[in-house]
Amino acid sequence: MSLELFLLLAAALFSVGLFGALTQQSIVMLMMGLELMLGGVILAAAAVWHYVAPAATDGQVLVVLAVTVMAVEMAIGFAVVTALFRAREVDVTDEAAELKA
Amino acid sequence: MPDVAVFWALGALAVVSGVMVFRFDSMARATYALLLSLLCVGGLVIVLGLDYLGVVVVLMMTIEMAIMAVFMVMYMMNPAGLMPMSMLHNKKGAAVLCTLVFLLLAAGIVLAPWPKRSGRPADDPTKALGTALMGPHILTMMTLGFALFATIVATVVLATRRGRYDRFGDDLRARTADDPVRGGVGR
Repeated sequence: MSLELFLLLAAALFSVGLFGALTQQSIVMLMMGLELMLGGVILAAAAVWHYVAPAATDGQVLVVLAVTVMAVEMAIGFAVVTALFRAREVDVTDEAAELKA
Repeated sequence: MPDVAVFWALGALAVVSGVMVFRFDSMARATYALLLSLLCVGGLVIVLGLDYLGVVVVLMMTIEMAIMAVFMVMYMMNPAGLMPMSMLHNKKGAAVLCTLVFLLLAAGIVLAPWPKRSGRPADDPTKALGTALMGPHILTMMTLGFALFATIVATVVLATRRGRYDRFGDDLRARTADDPVRGGVGR
């Protein structure tokens, strides 16, 4: 086990999550991709804490931050989907493209 | 070296179930695959010596996926995979982009001159985290607190169909509620 292995694993999770966030049509599935990406971030932060600076607590604080971001993202995401569905009966990303340039 | 075995087992399971999230037809199965993947992440955080944060990740993800399952049922395109259909768009472009992102990250990870490990972890990393959050990192803690509170307010505002301002006007002084259907509840 080494820092590189953990970071490669985190990068793999991040890339898989990015693929999901880019390809999924359903907004709920898109958010699952974002969750997977943040899972990679959590793993990377924990690995950097353990292998680079275990004496400092900054790595742990970063994990706390990522976990909070996950919770906020889920809550706001579902609230936006609910508002969007109420207004226009839309639950697919392709139909919510008003802001597309 | 049980740690190494655990690392490879959890790591492989995390990536495989992460991929399966986007391969399953059924969104319910996809939710459980994501749960498995994030539980493995929690397990790996515990392997790294952060017992408390690992357990927090495990507990939080379990509850989060349970809540997600409810929303799945509400906004599901393809219930239980009964209707085989593609739920993807722009698959090729995204695959190329993600491969590029992974290669870029991997190159950075392999080539970067990582610093040597400095210092040793505190005897009780959880206590160190708590002391940091209530001491030097209090600004982080306060920002997170405000962000979470703002989230509560924003989600309620976004998810409410008609609030009291819609029913009683902006100054809340209308004598009767402006409801689309008569006979609703009072104030």
